[in-house]
Amino acid sequence: MTLRVEVDGLSRRYGALPAVEDLRFAVAPGELFGIVGPDGAGKTTTLRMLAGVLRPTAGDARVGGVSVARDPERVKLALAYMSQRFGLYTDLTVQENLDFYADLYGVPSTERPARYDRLYAFSGLGPFRDRLAGALSGGMKQKLGLSCALVHHPAVLLLDEPTFGVDPISRRDLWLIVHGMVAEGMTVLVSTAYLDEAERCDRIVLLHEGRAVALDTPARLQARLAGRLRSLRTDAPRRAREVLRAHPLVAQATLFGEALHVQLPTPATDWGAVLTALRTAGVAVNDDRPIEASLEDVFMALTAPGTGSLADA
Amino acid sequence: MPEAVVARDLTRLFGHFVAVDGVSFSVPRGEIFGFLGPNGAGKTTTIRMLTGLLPPTSGDAVVAGHDVRIAAHAVSNEIGYMSQLFSLYGDLTVEENIRLFGGLYGLRGARLAERRDWALEMANLVDRRRVLTRDLPLGWKQRLALGCATLHEPRILFLDEPTSGVDPASRRRFWDMIDGLAERGTTVLVSTHYMEEAEYCHRLALMNRGRLIALDRPATLRHSLGQPVLELLTDAPPRAVEALQGVEGVIEVGLFGRTVHVMPHDATAMAAALPGMLAAAGRRLERLRTIEPSLEDVFVALVKREGGAVLG
Repeated sequence: MTLRVEVDGLSRRYGALPAVEDLRFAVAPGELFGIVGPDGAGKTTTLRMLAGVLRPTAGDARVGGVSVARDPERVKLALAYMSQRFGLYTDLTVQENLDFYADLYGVPSTERPARYDRLYAFSGLGPFRDRLAGALSGGMKQKLGLSCALVHHPAVLLLDEPTFGVDPISRRDLWLIVHGMVAEGMTVLVSTAYLDEAERCDRIVLLHEGRAVALDTPARLQARLAGRLRSLRTDAPRRAREVLRAHPLVAQATLFGEALHVQLPTPATDWGAVLTALRTAGVAVNDDRPIEASLEDVFMALTAPGTGSLADA
Repeated sequence: MPEAVVARDLTRLFGHFVAVDGVSFSVPRGEIFGFLGPNGAGKTTTIRMLTGLLPPTSGDAVVAGHDVRIAAHAVSNEIGYMSQLFSLYGDLTVEENIRLFGGLYGLRGARLAERRDWALEMANLVDRRRVLTRDLPLGWKQRLALGCATLHEPRILFLDEPTSGVDPASRRRFWDMIDGLAERGTTVLVSTHYMEEAEYCHRLALMNRGRLIALDRPATLRHSLGQPVLELLTDAPPRAVEALQGVEGVIEVGLFGRTVHVMPHDATAMAAALPGMLAAAGRRLERLRTIEPSLEDVFVALVKREGGAVLG
């Protein structure tokens, strides 16, 4: 079973404070969709509304055609929601946690052995099945949480920052599990504050202060900055940054260790003139090359004041 | 003394568990030096030894000219420490937090007022000085925490995953502040497992299972494997990853969105062999190109080469 998720003007206020405002997007069956933004952007509020645990104050969303505002209990049957503090029982073993969630979701006992085998194969938790969940590392706990969420084979999976605080190796394992589910037709909505991680999604919505600032594939978002980013190396990077930030043809200059990333206002900007200004200021440039924009660059450009040129048409 | 921190064969056991295993490095004054590694790699234990909180089992470290084994207190006056939890008081105003931390560091009277003004200015919080700290956005709290950690003008600053969860604009502002401190001679040691933070460091120490597995500039590390990454587009990417795992010549294979990243021992040979390997697994290769390895690619490849991360 595969399901579509449609978000239609979804909004949530806390008193006068808008946490999420007028979100509109649709997620196709079998799509891996990212809800991306910093802390406080509205990611968790959005996922909680989609999971049917928080009522929208305006708008609605439908999971497989079922309204989260009018019929939240029925929505919950079709999906699994893994919150940031997923309810693992630390005093139960890995296997006992899986059993508990299988009971909770009414997974028939005849289907359980095959389900467990697959989840253990994905997660690598097989050798630890008799270990107490409380004694697992952070990355393993997340894998167990994900396994518990998947035990009833939901059509839609909602993951709230599943990789928060997880090291790069465990992060890759978690993503492999998620991609495996997507390949089988599961619709997955995942939130993350890591923009490098968002590049793994098919499409993403970028949230900023409760509003969507962009909705597209990572590649197309990155293409919006095509021809506008340069990386350069000099022996005097701080002096170079000072010159660049004062230059009218430079939108942004950021120092990463010893490398400077320079963002130009348009692809047609006269980069040669900027280089001349550096030379005139006595800064020798050792290396200068165009670079591809990261999603962080795109997010910065979208949320910086006065850079409307990147916004959705 | 040009070196702000020198660690020689630094080792720490907890019972039979070797948390830090013979780690040696030195950090010159004014450098931004990063520890990058998975959970349990020994980053925090190393920093706790350098700050004088935890005695080494063997080996030694000299921090700001003091041997950490015999002068832990002298070391602590010369260092600043900021953790990801910030340890700010939410029910105090910005200014009250600064006064509290200044007092803890022994600042009084005119000196405290001068440092308070400096911190408010540096953190761009002058207009918010009377705002309750809990009402500040995360990025602002983080700048306040940095201001508080540097009130006593420490020569060495330790940061533990300082910008996790912060929006990119705040993160860049934060690192501008860090760079300003480094420019004026403060030495900065950062521990992180986020590549986004690692990019801001002058040099990176990669740690795994208590050992230092690489130490270099980020740009040098990125090329240290001597091979590009192969990015391939194929039907059923997770199946393709399974088919390529553990194959001769493949250091590491992972999913990246709809693409598969293969880190090969020999890119040319692997690029030639891949179509056949995938066809044998019943997969179709739709596109293949070489891309520059990310810091994460390098990190994962080095950890795998070392025999994997700590499990459990």
